[in-house]
Amino acid sequence: MPNVFGESFLDLIGFVLLLPLAGAVVNGLCGKRLNTSVVGYIGCATIGLAFLISVLVFIDLLRLSPEHRLFEKEFFTWIGSGTFTAIAGLQVDPLSTVMILVVTGVGFLIHVYSIGYMHGDEGYYRYFTYLNLFTFSMLLLVLANNFLLMFIGWEGVGLCSYLLIGYWFEKKSASSAGKKAFIVNRVGDFGFILAILLIFVTFNTVDFTEVFHSTPEHLTTGSVVATAITLLLFLGATGKSAQIPLYTWLPDAMEGPTPVSALIHAATMVTAGVYMVVRCNVLFVMSPFSLTVVAVIGGATALFAATIGLVQNDIKRVLAYSTVSQIGYMFLACGVGGFITAVFHLMTHAFFKALLFLGSGSVIHALGGEQDMRKMGGLRKKLPTTYKTFLIGTLAIAGIPPFAGFFSKDEILLEAYTKGNLIFWGLGAFAALLTAFYMFRLLFMTFHGKSRMDKDVEAHVHESPRNMLIPLIVLALLSAVGGFLGLPAASAINSFLAPVVGGGGHIGGVDGGQAHHVSQNLMFSMMGLSTGIAVVGIALAYLMYIKKPELPTQIAGMFKLIYKILLNKYYVDEIYDATIVNPTIKSSFFLWRWIDVKVIDGFVNGVARLVELNSEALRLFQTGFVRNYALSMLFGGIVIIICALFLL
Amino acid sequence: MTIPLTWYLILSGSLFTIGAVGVLVRRNALVILMSIELMLNAVNLAFVTFSRQHESMDGQIFVFFIMTVAAAEAAVGLAIVVALFKNKSTINVDDINIMKW
Repeated sequence: MPNVFGESFLDLIGFVLLLPLAGAVVNGLCGKRLNTSVVGYIGCATIGLAFLISVLVFIDLLRLSPEHRLFEKEFFTWIGSGTFTAIAGLQVDPLSTVMILVVTGVGFLIHVYSIGYMHGDEGYYRYFTYLNLFTFSMLLLVLANNFLLMFIGWEGVGLCSYLLIGYWFEKKSASSAGKKAFIVNRVGDFGFILAILLIFVTFNTVDFTEVFHSTPEHLTTGSVVATAITLLLFLGATGKSAQIPLYTWLPDAMEGPTPVSALIHAATMVTAGVYMVVRCNVLFVMSPFSLTVVAVIGGATALFAATIGLVQNDIKRVLAYSTVSQIGYMFLACGVGGFITAVFHLMTHAFFKALLFLGSGSVIHALGGEQDMRKMGGLRKKLPTTYKTFLIGTLAIAGIPPFAGFFSKDEILLEAYTKGNLIFWGLGAFAALLTAFYMFRLLFMTFHGKSRMDKDVEAHVHESPRNMLIPLIVLALLSAVGGFLGLPAASAINSFLAPVVGGGGHIGGVDGGQAHHVSQNLMFSMMGLSTGIAVVGIALAYLMYIKKPELPTQIAGMFKLIYKILLNKYYVDEIYDATIVNPTIKSSFFLWRWIDVKVIDGFVNGVARLVELNSEALRLFQTGFVRNYALSMLFGGIVIIICALFLL
Repeated sequence: MTIPLTWYLILSGSLFTIGAVGVLVRRNALVILMSIELMLNAVNLAFVTFSRQHESMDGQIFVFFIMTVAAAEAAVGLAIVVALFKNKSTINVDDINIMKW
């Protein structure tokens, strides 16, 4: 479709990828010598430009008719070996467009915020290099046109996540949190690789379009292969998206700088698993069993993480568990077949969770690094803008209309009820109650009530600089109105994403997310119910943390065991340590001390020792006296002569 | 009257044995060098004897070579002895076992 450039903006899609990469290269190679403000500008400008191009691409895509909204730009044949080919290329369709808009848009705001937040840090250029590199990898992940290329991006974001969690690597906890994230993700990646191999064996290609178009020919519904592929894919998703059983790395990942938590561990990277499941919805639909697994894991995680979030005292950890819980919602939606709803929640979640994280960053910044909510309180007056934006974010996540989270969460609950069953709905609804409670607990403990700050900290409390507040305000706006994209009556996002879900041929009765057959009555009663649930949660939090601040301690005293279990996060980390980590370490010690040192080294050293011993005996012949040598020469000569005389 | 071949060989063998025993039992490096000369010349005598016996010049040519080598050996050997004496103030070979590590 021609425009002022004479060609379609869709052709510019490569630049969306190249710009962040260029920023990372420039900052990485010369950042040390550049002025810090230049480093910041490069970091932000590349992402900003990428966002603008994404918007242009989006507009161009809108001008195409819905069924033609698939544009592939192929660059080169990456692997060509026998019958196997992988062509490196980018795929622009509604799903990837939504993703690149979220990644570059939210990413840009967080980059801007980082300029203020990371000001004065000595690794400033390193930080922006990683951040740009992360954006590049994430864009590659969502734009890739085949599984292998997607895997490159998948690993790239994992690497950047590791680098950024361990950004303050001189701190032991930060570097080990980075390692933990990386290693836990390896488990999931293992599943992903196996899934890709299995897909290649089954389909003889790894290209998205080809795989999804030929799915009906190669897979039968409910077949073992379909279940195996999808379960392995989902294992990959649980690693990257921090679901049971691989969620333990995400709360620890809060050791990284707060904007990183906002970008990577809330808004974008952790949703990669959701994106992948939605991208492969055609495959997942082929296996009802896998879908049930996805829904169960998602629902269970949503509830499980929410209960842990109830009692945590570290402001970022509460948000981390809330992220785990919210992503659980997305998987719950996927599991019951509401793929579009999952993407919708992914988008709104990116807005309000990035907002909440950046807001908490603003609080932490103001308090000079304090993260314990027990040492906060009464910050409403001192940080007015942060408070207002944070309130919007909290309302959004709690599911109060008309904020963004209400629409997406309500839709998930509706899907869970209509397409799933009451249990799924119950899981989601109860988690929603807990979410409203712990988020308002966080809000009340931080911003309301009496100040519990240390005196010298309190003296220095100050509102954050403008470049940190503006991203907050923009995100607050998005969190406030973002939900209207998915208004049940005229859902823009539904009709936009519909071509992606269901793939080429319309498969298996799963329609584009919105349940058309749902009656108006049911819809509105569900809305009322979920709003009611949220209000109850908020009221409980109000009662416990504003009205009667002594109540939480009493309740904790009454349910000592439960409180202790929750506070210690169900001892999952301890269980993993005891069952997996420690045995691994112990067996490594065994291999080191016995197999390596004793057996392998012992063999090598033993050979050397044997040679030495023999030499010790042989060196006795070497007396060093010329006469002895002469004598042996004489004997040798005589022996040779005797031989010559008698034997020849 | 011609002297029989055996006599020459007995003389040559005796000289060689005296030289060999000298190399083995004496401790003075100079005497050892002299004993080596004795052995070489015993061999020369044997060569010349056979050369005459077989009426061929090959043996005598060999003798020239051996004499050249003997001269070179004596030069190198004496140089070593001098160097040793400078370093160790002795030419007693039992005191010189620096070849051993």
